[in-house]
Amino acid sequence: MRKMKFLFVVVTLLLSATIGYAQDETNKVDMADTMRSNGRIYVVVAVVVLILIGLILYLVRLDRKITKMEREK
Amino acid sequence: MEGLKCEPLKVNSYVLLHTSYILLRIYPFPLFLLHFFKMIAGLSLVSNGCAQKCMHKSWWKILCVVLLFYTFIAGFLMDVPRLPALSETIRNLYFHVCMWFCMMILFTASVVYAIRYLRTNKLVDDIYSRQFAAVGIVFGVLGYATGAIWMSYTWADPNNSSFQSFSAVAREPKLIGAAIALLIYFAYMVLRDSISDIDKRARITAVYNIFAYALLFPTIWIIPRILPSLHPGGQNGNPALDFKDIDNRMRMVFYPAVIAWTLLGVWITSLKIRLSLLKEKRLLQ
Repeated sequence: MRKMKFLFVVVTLLLSATIGYAQDETNKVDMADTMRSNGRIYVVVAVVVLILIGLILYLVRLDRKITKMEREK
Repeated sequence: MEGLKCEPLKVNSYVLLHTSYILLRIYPFPLFLLHFFKMIAGLSLVSNGCAQKCMHKSWWKILCVVLLFYTFIAGFLMDVPRLPALSETIRNLYFHVCMWFCMMILFTASVVYAIRYLRTNKLVDDIYSRQFAAVGIVFGVLGYATGAIWMSYTWADPNNSSFQSFSAVAREPKLIGAAIALLIYFAYMVLRDSISDIDKRARITAVYNIFAYALLFPTIWIIPRILPSLHPGGQNGNPALDFKDIDNRMRMVFYPAVIAWTLLGVWITSLKIRLSLLKEKRLLQ
């Protein structure tokens, strides 16, 4: 339970840290600003996160299978 | 007046940072190696039951998943410094560099278990050492491959032919050093499979592992720091950990990302270890 609390604190700290920054420097380096302004960047993030979910589910399944095998022996 | 009030604190943190920085810079390398190996030898006395219990715990796996999601979402959406030539590719810091961090940590774990094996002669330690090295190699290869892609869009000179710009990039000492280090670890795997006697294999490869790790130091940490390099912070210090080199906004994603990828590597390794422990159960008893 204490570990869960610790996890919760870590996550909230990380999320709160993301909010604080605003864009302050606007020099002429070519960045993907249009991609950000029309929201297409979220498409990329969605795809990448989906792949990550798939990989992690695969790992969790493997973990469970091995745990089962360990119990059987 | 307010500026004056603040000053002592500023000086203190500044002095603290710089003394530690200077101490780190002049800390004699042989002494460092000695202390490092002493530390590893001390670590190798910790009981194995602890590691085996921890493999079945779920809290660090949850932490790994949460931090990975944070890395991917914040890594794409958060603001980064606007730098010429790099532009958006600077976000590769959260992925490419983390591969190398993960590799180094896994290789360190591998050498710890190699030393443990030499002290205890228990085959369990040999299995741990082997699996850590194997997953470390995977992350090293991923780091190399991602670096190759990143390099061809930032370092390669668009005005030169690809052959010419490749010959410029290929002189990069970190590339050569990392290639040597990885090849040495490939040889570790080949050596393992070429010896059929189990105890002999474990002993010889444990010693080889220590040599390989000792070579990892000069090839990826020392030589690239001495020679001129295309990597940031080549000749003047530590680019990833120096507070002056890396932007604050990036550090907020970069450090969690290192932890996330390392935990992922450890998770995969723990699965491999558990599988091979199951396989070799008869041998170990």
